[in-house]
Amino acid sequence: MTVPATTHRGPQSRILRWVDYRLPFYSIIEHDLTGYPTPKNLSYWWNFGSLAGIILVIMIVTGIVLAMHYTPHADLAFDSVERIMRDVNYGWLLRYIHMNGASMFFLIVYIHLFRGLYYGSYKYPRELLWMLGVVILILMIATAFMGYVLPWGQMSYWAATVITNLFSAVPVFGQKIVTLLWGGFTVGNPTLNRFFSLHYLLPFIIVAVVMLHLVALHQHGSNNPLGIDHRGPQDTIPFHPYYTIKDCFGLCVFLILFAFFVFYAPNFFASADNYIPANPMVTPNHIVPEWYLLPYYAILRSITFDFLGIPSKLLGVVLSLGSLVLLFFVPWLDTSRVRSARFRPIYRWVSLLLPIDVVALGYVGSQPPAGFVVTLGQIATFYYYFHFLVLMPLIGKLERPRPLPISIGEAVLGTGAAAQRP
Amino acid sequence: MLKEMFAAALLIGALTVAGALRAEEEAPTPPHQQWSFDGVFGTYDMAAAQRGFQVYKEVCAACHPVKHLYYRDLEELGYSEDQIKGFAAQSQVTDGPNDEGQMFQRPARPSDKIPEPFPNDQAARAANNGALPPDLSLITKARDEGPDYVDGILNGFKNPPSGVKVPEGMYYNEYFPGHQIKMPPPLSENQVTYADGAKATVPQMSHDVVTFLAWAAEPTLDERHRMGIKVILFLLVAAGLFYAAKRKIWARVH
Repeated sequence: MTVPATTHRGPQSRILRWVDYRLPFYSIIEHDLTGYPTPKNLSYWWNFGSLAGIILVIMIVTGIVLAMHYTPHADLAFDSVERIMRDVNYGWLLRYIHMNGASMFFLIVYIHLFRGLYYGSYKYPRELLWMLGVVILILMIATAFMGYVLPWGQMSYWAATVITNLFSAVPVFGQKIVTLLWGGFTVGNPTLNRFFSLHYLLPFIIVAVVMLHLVALHQHGSNNPLGIDHRGPQDTIPFHPYYTIKDCFGLCVFLILFAFFVFYAPNFFASADNYIPANPMVTPNHIVPEWYLLPYYAILRSITFDFLGIPSKLLGVVLSLGSLVLLFFVPWLDTSRVRSARFRPIYRWVSLLLPIDVVALGYVGSQPPAGFVVTLGQIATFYYYFHFLVLMPLIGKLERPRPLPISIGEAVLGTGAAAQRP
Repeated sequence: MLKEMFAAALLIGALTVAGALRAEEEAPTPPHQQWSFDGVFGTYDMAAAQRGFQVYKEVCAACHPVKHLYYRDLEELGYSEDQIKGFAAQSQVTDGPNDEGQMFQRPARPSDKIPEPFPNDQAARAANNGALPPDLSLITKARDEGPDYVDGILNGFKNPPSGVKVPEGMYYNEYFPGHQIKMPPPLSENQVTYADGAKATVPQMSHDVVTFLAWAAEPTLDERHRMGIKVILFLLVAAGLFYAAKRKIWARVH
């Protein structure tokens, strides 16, 4: 091994040592960045965690500047956004980055999530790490939804109306909750004001949960494509420079995609209706959420029947939110002890069907609910729950996993190479 | 009770309206036109946009506002400061209150918004047979394939097919959703006299005014396209350098 083993050397200068003894800044950097031991076999799928962190920072920075120019008032919001687009220096750039950044953030986080599912990154001892990730996703959805309302265009207004109305499905208190959310008897200026306030607040809560996510990650270190624990220095390399440079490369590739949308297709993910000012008297033809919320929307609309006395609307809301809540239980729903799907001949294929199912749900959510689309939505909704509640526990019990490699070093360097070199 | 019904109706409406309104979508998609501002290297054809501004000023402005445009914005279309002062001075705006507390009229200045044709939506409806002429300063972004759509509407006035009855005060338009539009055909041959000698056919005027409106909706497009090339070139080089550095550093591991 030519790679130096990670050791705690401590700062060289006396001043730094003085500071570090009182405020362990240097030690934290060394423990969590420069010397942080990382499996040497991480693939490019492991780039998406740091990408998500970077895009979160991009969203917060652009968002703070946008908030300096935005006016959260029902009569002024739409025009203030247009003013940002036309009269604020580089306002168009800030807004298009922020707008497309939301789509990019979800794209990255969904890839990150499916990577975790495929390689079993939620299993012992990373259950809390996974659950904190689900908390981040739920906070992101709330933040994105409220951010979408702020330009106060037609789709903003009607999305706010449809989504807040979902809470009226709650038994007994439903209508009271909706009134509380609205701050009145319809979506209006108080709604916009509280959504703006919360849209500014939630990202900082996301930052806090991301910190916890990182603390939990660094407790046991990253999972890896083999899903086996590292057994010593021959299996790991320090995070810096190996993964910092790999993340920099990944970041540039990602930014090229991001820049393409910002500069050449800035309204690709947007709805034309949102360039029409909000009008409570006119309902748009299609009320469609942003693409990253379409699967939940599809589940919501798929429940067209009452079941065991539960009204269809309530059941739709429960199953839609349940599709996220279900993720909290994944560490215990998966009964297999093998982490990586690479060594699970049946689950490997089943785990690839899930993203297909979610894409199908997304398609259903984007279409008017009629005919075949409704049936497809119901099948896809059923399969989503079937995957987590039946296939996951069952396959873990029935399947015979392939033998696992003895160590990461062995799998990376070939038979015995790591063992022979001390 | 009423508001509960309203809420329920909204939700049900939202969930079913899309399906119910499918019939409305039967309007054929307007043909795709070549636009100077399409594509990665697209920029606004300024001559066309200036002609388009003339069409807007002499035809559309009678009913349609461009709410988000100031006279000063026209500088980006290549007009000189004096020309813009001249355009502005042609209309009156309300200013004040003055020292006596009175509102007063004065000629517009470049720093003023381009005045709207009607004082409010009600006045606009009253003057237009109940229809509200939409704001045009975002129209090409507020419709799917907006430039093609506006061009389609302007060229889409036809005699109704046999069997289709068009009510009094409505006009048949091939590309308008539902085909019945309250706007009378706005353009006719030689309606404006172009200073540059271009022939004022309906397709020509339509193409010009759409170029102007696309600029009005997205005045920063030229700058965006130029900056994008630089940013992406920079990122390509950076990605290449980082990749080379990554290979070099990782060579120690393998």
